[in-house]
Amino acid sequence: MIDDDRVFKALADPTRRALLDRLFVRDGQTLTELESGVEMTRFGVMKHLRVLEEAGLVVTRRQGREKLHFLNPVPIRQIHDRWIDKYTEVRAAALLDLKAELERDRAEENQ
Amino acid sequence: MTTDVSHPAETTKVYRVYIRATPQAIWDAITRPEWTRRYGYQGLAEYDLRPGGRYRAVAPEELRQAGMVEVPVEGEVLEVDPPVRLVQTWRATWLDEPATRLTYEIQELRDGVCSLTVTHELAGAPQTMAQVTGAVPGAGGGWAEVLSDLKTLLETGRGLYA
Repeated sequence: MIDDDRVFKALADPTRRALLDRLFVRDGQTLTELESGVEMTRFGVMKHLRVLEEAGLVVTRRQGREKLHFLNPVPIRQIHDRWIDKYTEVRAAALLDLKAELERDRAEENQ
Repeated sequence: MTTDVSHPAETTKVYRVYIRATPQAIWDAITRPEWTRRYGYQGLAEYDLRPGGRYRAVAPEELRQAGMVEVPVEGEVLEVDPPVRLVQTWRATWLDEPATRLTYEIQELRDGVCSLTVTHELAGAPQTMAQVTGAVPGAGGGWAEVLSDLKTLLETGRGLYA
């Protein structure tokens, strides 16, 4: 069973978040593909992927001789569902929109 | 060098959730309308559970009145192995896109816990992919939300929004 501690621990590392970001952009990558974008040994990337897999954030599938890695957002959704109900979600989304807008304005001012 | 744009892995989504329930309970929750109306998008599942059998998700009366089409999803059953594996096609009827392929796999682990893995192959169906990944604003959270809701329903007897 996946517990929240494992999910939070897995997410508390910038390299692991970067690996998830890359799977978000393109799902179903091999270790070799994932390894190419990070400054780390193959062994290091493997270790991070294992932590992500144990937290349920990455699910692997075999396709022929290749092992493909897929981003599984369900554990993050479960954390979300635990603290945010569908009514507060609308307000939270509005606040995130506002934050994005304010940050965009600031970025434009700084140009 | 040419890039294979139809790399199937890129258009495949894999979701997994761990549920404290029997394989049969999870199977029923996927295939029986009295369960499917209690979580996710609340469509009433109609399955003819044999290869070549028809699948339809029928919108419940209250959602139909709110403007939802009568049969938002339709498909064909491809493989049935209760209560561990179901393969089917899945087509969003309101989108002009080809049928996608959906696989449910239920695996019994230990201590009364099962994993449910949903693999959705979405080649050639980008709008369907946006829907089921929750990327369409105001159109729900897709599979992640559906599976989180299903887990909550089976473990507590109540869905997230019930």
